[in-house]
Parts: sequence; structure tokens; C-alpha cells
Amino acid sequence: MAKKLPKVDVVIVGVGWAGGIIAAELTKQGLNCVGLERGKERKTEDYFMVHDELRYALRYDLMQNLSKETITFRGNEKLRALPMRQYGSFILGDGLGGSGVHWNGQTYRFLPYDFEIRSKTIERYGEKKIPADMTIQDWGITYDELEPYFDKFEKMAGISGEENPLAGKRSSPYPTPPMKTTPALEKFKKAAINLKLHPYNRPSANLSEAYTNPDGVARAACQYCAYCERFGCEYGAKADPVVTVIPVAKKTGKFEIRTHSNVRRVLKSGNKATGVMYVDTTTGEEIEQPADIVVLTSYVFNNVRLLLQSGIGRPYDPTTGAGVIGKNYAYQVQKGNATGFFEKEEFNTFAGAGALGMTVDDFNGDNFDHSNLNFIHGGSIAISQTGLRPISNNKVPKGTPTWGKEFKANSVKYANRVLSVGGQGASMPFKHHYLDLDPTYKDEFGDPLIRITYDFEEQDRQLAKYLSDRCKEIMKEMGADHIDTMEELGPYDITTYQSTHNTGGIIMGADPNTSAVNNYSQMWEAENVFVVGASAFAHNSGYNPTGTVGALSYRAAEGILSYKQKGGILA
Amino acid sequence: MAENSKQQEKNESLSRRKFLKSSGIAVGGLAVGGALGRLLPFKDKTNTDKLDVKNPRVAETYTQALMYFSQQQFKMVEAATERIFPADDNGPGAKDLGVAYFIDHQLSGDWGFNSREYMQPPFFKGEKVQGYQGRLNRREIFDIGLRELQNHSLTKYKKNFVELSEEEQNDILTDFAENKVNITTISPSGFFNMLRSSTLEGAYSDPLYSGNRNMDGWKMRNYPGSQMTYTQVIDKEFTVIPPKSLKDHLGQ
Repeated sequence: MAKKLPKVDVVIVGVGWAGGIIAAELTKQGLNCVGLERGKERKTEDYFMVHDELRYALRYDLMQNLSKETITFRGNEKLRALPMRQYGSFILGDGLGGSGVHWNGQTYRFLPYDFEIRSKTIERYGEKKIPADMTIQDWGITYDELEPYFDKFEKMAGISGEENPLAGKRSSPYPTPPMKTTPALEKFKKAAINLKLHPYNRPSANLSEAYTNPDGVARAACQYCAYCERFGCEYGAKADPVVTVIPVAKKTGKFEIRTHSNVRRVLKSGNKATGVMYVDTTTGEEIEQPADIVVLTSYVFNNVRLLLQSGIGRPYDPTTGAGVIGKNYAYQVQKGNATGFFEKEEFNTFAGAGALGMTVDDFNGDNFDHSNLNFIHGGSIAISQTGLRPISNNKVPKGTPTWGKEFKANSVKYANRVLSVGGQGASMPFKHHYLDLDPTYKDEFGDPLIRITYDFEEQDRQLAKYLSDRCKEIMKEMGADHIDTMEELGPYDITTYQSTHNTGGIIMGADPNTSAVNNYSQMWEAENVFVVGASAFAHNSGYNPTGTVGALSYRAAEGILSYKQKGGILA
Repeated sequence: MAENSKQQEKNESLSRRKFLKSSGIAVGGLAVGGALGRLLPFKDKTNTDKLDVKNPRVAETYTQALMYFSQQQFKMVEAATERIFPADDNGPGAKDLGVAYFIDHQLSGDWGFNSREYMQPPFFKGEKVQGYQGRLNRREIFDIGLRELQNHSLTKYKKNFVELSEEEQNDILTDFAENKVNITTISPSGFFNMLRSSTLEGAYSDPLYSGNRNMDGWKMRNYPGSQMTYTQVIDKEFTVIPPKSLKDHLGQ
């Protein structure tokens, strides 16, 4: 028998960005919250030895231990899904702050087009533009409705940036000015302007200057040390839940964080949740935490897995398209890019910051005409200066052997002579891309792993090639002596890193028949369960997801407060 | 080049104390996180590491001993990784960088046992895009891979791998890289790729791990290693900065 604890107002499952934001907002209003975090405590002091590429980037020190739990994957339903035994395509966060600790800090807002993608696509191109099995749908909220929440997230995190001429309207400027511009970024900017594109400094959660946010949290400026993605920030300059929202929640005295607490089930009675059951992983003890409201804020995969294991919500059925839990899994099309080799110039590309970059959105969303193109949406195109660490960055011109004399000579020669321009392509959902429980493989408790069924489609191949060609044009204008580009996308491959931008599975919408949550991230079928995060994305855009996750989290927090007072379905 | 050395001087003069001042972090007791705060006691020791260039710390050589490989395996790894990353005009190759020690030491820990990876059965052969699906851990793969490397050398050239000429060693390794060796237990190219990626890791990881000896891997490509800050150079033309390691960061 599980030990049963006293009831609390709200139990939060997973304390990363979404969980941290919700904890801060709810505790400020006096609600008692418990945050259950399966990983360990994290603090800035942990990153004293963080400039260690081997430990953090290649041995995944901050990531989920796959020996305890992983995912399974197959390209289509005819294949047997097999476990992701080692990291590759994406990396799963673990511990307090979650992926918010090891992200790069690139903080975009999804486009107005994204939130009304189906209506707007039909409006401009007609219904025939959408392939029969492409399951795009509107999100049940507009950009304008979400704008105040984007604004709130950006002010909390202190995002450094400048106006993007092709994005949705902003109610106020970025709280801090853009980051420094480097010679490499200048090159991109000039080239983009020559090509009549609209470059802007990428919005960054690595602070351009010291900043105190509306909660009174003060943080120092970024030092461009080049260790962001896969690393924690030794300065607290990169916005992360541990140095922003979590201390605010803790200060109220109403937020109790329990680390090493791995939630296995959401408990329910009728159409409502009654709390959660978790395991204290230090003792193995099963514990029941009753609560009035259950908020799931773990990563996409575990949000879905918890609901399926707990029998909450109707599981998605890919043959009929009925059901919602696990529906519209989407990812990203990252491989459309161009690598330029410069014979006469070297760059300080050993230096950088996770979000240091310059972006154009001329080929993102519906900012360009798709009438004669065999895909919808697009992607942001950017040059990034995140810091080229030496183990992982040994680019050599195509045709160079991958080892031996010539490889070594070229990899050393070009170590500081390579610039890349990359497309971050949007990912559209399809009827046969989904998440469900694996029938064979289990986690450390014997619970089934989540199974991904996903592959690239013609939409993705066309989009990747299109972005690749645009990247090449920019790189040519930048004056590279030799340019390598992606020629063909190929199948989705889980072994090579692309992005940790997995989305969907518990999508947001206006119709309970086709969506799992409403625009407050409240479950249609269990009104006291809120599922917050990128799992709510009905498709994935051509941007990094965190800005939009942040906005949805602030909106969800508002919804939870109002639900606590009035009850019932909020939208 | 004159410009570079001038820039070097400038960078070296950017002591930790100065850095703290110029970045405005030490001002006013701003609560900006303890990783930095921990540096303060070390602030006066920052320039002692200049000595290291001419006089490498003796203690480093104590790590040049074996935790896993047999002597024969070690020699083979030394020879094979040197072919993957040979000494040339740019600087030392894998052997002089200590790559074989690096791999040996890595195999003795988590990485060698795949202990942070999912190794539960059942094991099925999958699609290439599904990634490694074998039951063997890296230690076992290295044992088998090295044994087969030796067998292939004996079959093809009637000599041990380490006794082959460079060209012959390259030829043997190419057969592995291109799956032209008939082995049933492991994938020859899988083993070769592991050897290749761990060679780069050994050449370029922090010297803390026994490779990248004297930071020579970094020096070869003007990589500055672990630096506190790049705010002074981030918007400038290419700058050569003498490398620092995590040991320097610790200030001991």
C-alpha cells in the first residue's frame, strides 16, 4: 500500500520551465503547490567545471539516464519499434529545471499563421493545398490572444532582442537590447540585405546586459563562453527555471519541491483526477499525493505516457483518426542547411552563446507564396554562433576522407574557417505520426515505454530542399570559397542530433473531438487536469519552441487560478 | 602575426580579478550564482599557469597507466588511432596526444559498460535509422574488434597489426571502415566508427581525461579551451588565445 500524504491545492509533475512558471504564478496567489521532480536538485554552483565538452556534450551528464527509461521508435506501423538505446536525434532533460537548464536560449514567438494554420492555408490556397493525411488544425487561440503571455515570459526571462519585421505585433519591445554582433553575423546580415531579406538579431535568453526582472530576480550578463547547449550556465546569465521562476515560487513559502520523485500514475475518480502516485527513487517507496488540481509539466513524451498509463483521455487511433491522446506528434526539419568554407578568413567561432545568431523569416510560415510549391509552412534561416567546440566540430569539404592524413590536415585547417547557415523547418502532423505505449519494452518500474511512430514525408523533403537552396544562396553571397549543402533529406534517423523540439500528443484546440486540451491547457475530459508544454502544440513551427511553451504556461497558470475559484471547463 | 601576439598579451592581462570588475558581476553583492562566487578565493593565482607551457606538471604522467587494455591491445589502439589522426606539420598525432590512454580510461567507466544506456532485452536487428541494437557493451566490442583487427592483419599480411607499415595499417582499417571484413559478432564499421569518434574525443577533450596532452590538440587548431569570458573578443577579428584547461579554472 502506498503511503498517503495530506492533500494539497496543486501537484505539479516535472519542474522545468512549464512547472516552474506555473508554480511561481500559483504560489504568488496563495495556492499550496507541490512540485515532483524525478531528477536531482540543480543550482548554479554545479557548473563550476562546466566547460567540459566530453562530460556534458558527449556523455550527456545533464540528461536522462537511458538505462532507466527511454523511448522506442519506428518509421512506420509495419515495423517493429526498437528502443533508443543511446542518444542521437534529441536529448531528454532530467533534474530540477529540466531541459530549461541545458537549452541554448533561442526564444522566438510562433507566427500568427501558426495558430490558425488550417484556416489561413485554406483561405489563401484552397483546401486542396492540404494533403489528405496531413492533420493540421487551428490551435483554438490566436496570436493576438497569446501576445500578453509571450510578453510576460520574455520580461521574466529578460530576452535580448530586436524587432523582427516579419513577425506578429509586439505590445512592448524586448526587455534587453540584442546581443553583440560578430564578424560572422555581420557577413550574414550584409548578405541577407543584399538578397532583399530581413535579418534580425536572434532573440536570446543569454542576457546581453545585467537585468532585473519584474519578480525582482537579478542576473548577470552573458560572457559568450560558448558552453550553452547541453550545459548549465555558470553565471546564471542564461535564463533557466532554477535562476528565475523557481526561487520566486520558493520565496512564497508555498512551494515544496520534492526531487527524486518519479510520478507513475495520475489517480482518478470518475472524470476527475484525485492526485498522483509517485516513487521516491532514493527509497523505492510508493507515495500517493492527493491534490485538487493535477498539472503535468514533464517533457512531451512523459506527459503523453502518464495519461495513457493512467487511462485519462481517449487514446488516439491512427486507423480511424479518432481519439486524441498521442495524436499529431511532430518534430522538425533541421537538415536544410549550407556549410561555407573560407580560405582567406578565420573567425572567433570558438566563442559564442547559445542564442547568439542572426535570423531571417522571409521563408518561414506563410511569409512567402506557396502557390507553386509542394509544401506548406517553411522555416527560419539563421547563422548561429553558439561556439564550435573541438570534438564535435570537425567539418571538412565534401570529398575529404573522414579519417587519416588528409582528414586531419583539413579539419585543422578549417577549424576556424567554417560558417554554417541553417534552416529550422516546421513539421506538419500526419495521421500516421503518433505516440502510444510500446507493447514490449519497459522502464525501470516495469511500465511501458512511449513509442514514436514517425518518418519524414514528401512535405518535409520538399521543405528541406527548399531551405537548403535558400541557405546556399545566402552562403554564396557571404563569399564562401566552397559550399556544401544537403542534397536530399533521406529518412528520419534517430541516431544523429537534429533538435530536442519534439511536439504534440496532447494537442490544444477549440473542439473536444479533435483536441485534448483547451487553450488554457485544461483537459476537456478531466477538468482538473492541466497538461502544459510543447505536447499541446498542434504542429511544430519553424522556430525553437520554448518561447511558445512559456506563453502557454503563463496562460495555463491564469486558467488554473480561475478554475480554482470557479471550477468547470474554462474555454 | 604581430597583431595576434599583441592580442595575446592583451588577453593574458585580462586577469580574473579584472574580468570580474569589467563584467560588473562582483559589484554590489548581486546574487548572480555561486559558480562564479566560488572563483573568488582563487583570484590571485590566475597567472601561475604560465609555467605550465615549458614545464608540464609531473603529476600528469601518473595517469599514463592502464585500467583496462592489455599491453598488446594498448599498442594496437595506439597504432590504429595514430593512423586515424596522424602526426603531421600541424602537430602531434593520436599517439603523442595520449589518445590510447584516454580510450583505456574511458572503457573503465560508464562509457565502457554502456551504463547510462538502455541495454534491456529483447534484442532485435533493426533498421539503420533505429540505431545500435546490440547486446554487447563497448568493452566487449573493443575486445572483439581488436582481436579481429589482429586476425585480419595476420590473414592479409601474415603480420601483427602493429608490425605493419602505415599503408598496410591504413588498408586494414579501410577494410573495417567499409565492412569488407567478415565478422559475425560485431559490425566492423561500427567498431571503426567508435574508434574514430573516441580518437577525436581523446585528441580534443580536456586533458583531465588523459588525452589532449599539454593541450596540444587545442593548440594545433587555436582552440582556447576553457575560458572564463570572451566578451573582449567576441565582436573582433580572429584572435589567438593561449588555451586554459579545467585545472587552470580550478586555480590549483
